[in-house]
Amino acid sequence: MQLTRRGFIKLTGAGLAASSIGALGFGIAGSAQAAAVRQFKLSAATETRNTCTYCSVACGILIYSQGDRAKNVKQAVIHIEGDPDHPVNRGTLCPKGAGLLDIVHAPGRLTKPKYRPAGGTEWKEVSWDFALDRIARLMKEDRDANFIAKNKDGATVNRWTSTGMLAASASSSETSYLTWKWARSLGMVAFDNQARV
Amino acid sequence: MADLQSQNYIRRSATTMTPPTTRSNVEEVAKLIDVSRCIGCKACQSACMEWNDLRPEMEEFQGAYENPHDLNPGVWTLMRFAEYENDHGDLEWLIRKDGCMHCEDPGCLKACPAPGAIVQYANGIVDFISDACIGCGYCIKGCPFNIPRVSEKDHKSYKCTLCSDRVAVGLEPACVKTCPTGAIMFGTKADMKDWAEERIEELKERGFENAGLYDPAEVGGTHVMYVLHHRDKPSLYSGLPDKPHISAVIGLWKHVLKPVALAGIAFAALGAFVHGIVSGPMEVEEEDEAEARKEMERRAKS
Repeated sequence: MQLTRRGFIKLTGAGLAASSIGALGFGIAGSAQAAAVRQFKLSAATETRNTCTYCSVACGILIYSQGDRAKNVKQAVIHIEGDPDHPVNRGTLCPKGAGLLDIVHAPGRLTKPKYRPAGGTEWKEVSWDFALDRIARLMKEDRDANFIAKNKDGATVNRWTSTGMLAASASSSETSYLTWKWARSLGMVAFDNQARV
Repeated sequence: MADLQSQNYIRRSATTMTPPTTRSNVEEVAKLIDVSRCIGCKACQSACMEWNDLRPEMEEFQGAYENPHDLNPGVWTLMRFAEYENDHGDLEWLIRKDGCMHCEDPGCLKACPAPGAIVQYANGIVDFISDACIGCGYCIKGCPFNIPRVSEKDHKSYKCTLCSDRVAVGLEPACVKTCPTGAIMFGTKADMKDWAEERIEELKERGFENAGLYDPAEVGGTHVMYVLHHRDKPSLYSGLPDKPHISAVIGLWKHVLKPVALAGIAFAALGAFVHGIVSGPMEVEEEDEAEARKEMERRAKS
């Protein structure tokens, strides 16, 4: 582009005049006044109540996921905050709870059962059927081998002391009742509901 | 749609006209941070980053509990930990949640040269409108509390929004909701002051004679207030200003130099216009041309 001395002065002059007009306060007339705040991101998100599993306090949480559960939507968790209706925490969460979103999406999170045979060095992915069958089989074998039906005085005790069970503290009363009944019906004695371990 | 539109502005940066509004019955909001109830768990920091989609880069341990060690464009609120040995020789661990104070008279907004990059809503929230931000950093110079930070990635300035997107739909800010000890409260400014009074009385009964509310009149009051056990010495709390003030340079620049410069520009334009009418453009006559030719010939000879 050929720019003459005169042309350059004209251009800079025009630029200066334009910016001066803006500085004198005429700017507001031309500028679009768009809505300022960021859009509220949860307006139509699906809200799901749940319980934080990361300590025995068991705070109530609200999980917000994208999409309205329509057939063609694959839902994803976009935000988690405290449940104000939950009597334990009334909406509050600790720093770990407030950051649950990144735990849900953590790349290292275990989402499938893995199996490492005794003496093996590699974990390999297995199906839930395989995992549950194997657990059931081992429990049955151990119980058959070590079940104590009667004590030394001959009284019926039905104890199974060689296997223990840890269950979640973040269960509802109904779930806890069923878990308890199930464990005790096997004769299991070592049994705790503590999620922190 | 969030209901904080231009009609809700009461102040707008680099704009001589205050936008007119018919909305006159907006309640002022406030966040009250009771440092005496804070346990420094940083849930507020965590919730702030989660809600605002901020994931600042991991930093090295600096030998203190501050983590990260300063505010940055991805850290809008930060717990600051100060160890103070009081007159009885006891250690007091003074923990303060640092972040934007949402001043009634915002220094950042005054200093900002970009029209509409900083606005104040009728409810008192001071918000940065990133679209209009030019990243000059004047807001940092204008801020009495050293809060805004300009991003090196997109060259725009960032700070706490008081979750204007949540407040606009009737929710409390994310930090307020998550606080497990109730050290951060939210409501109308009047309610927060009442609540603060109760807390201050309790603190005084417990022996903190100088307990008081930090709502500094120097910046017209703030929409984020602190209950301090040592209201007489705010600087104990990791350098909270005893008397916050907007730099005199801002006033000099905006209220003295700028009008003078604008008047100069206007007079120059007016002068040029008048001169153009009265004298008109300079014209070259035949005689001048002839003389110029003679001059050139004479020079060519010598």
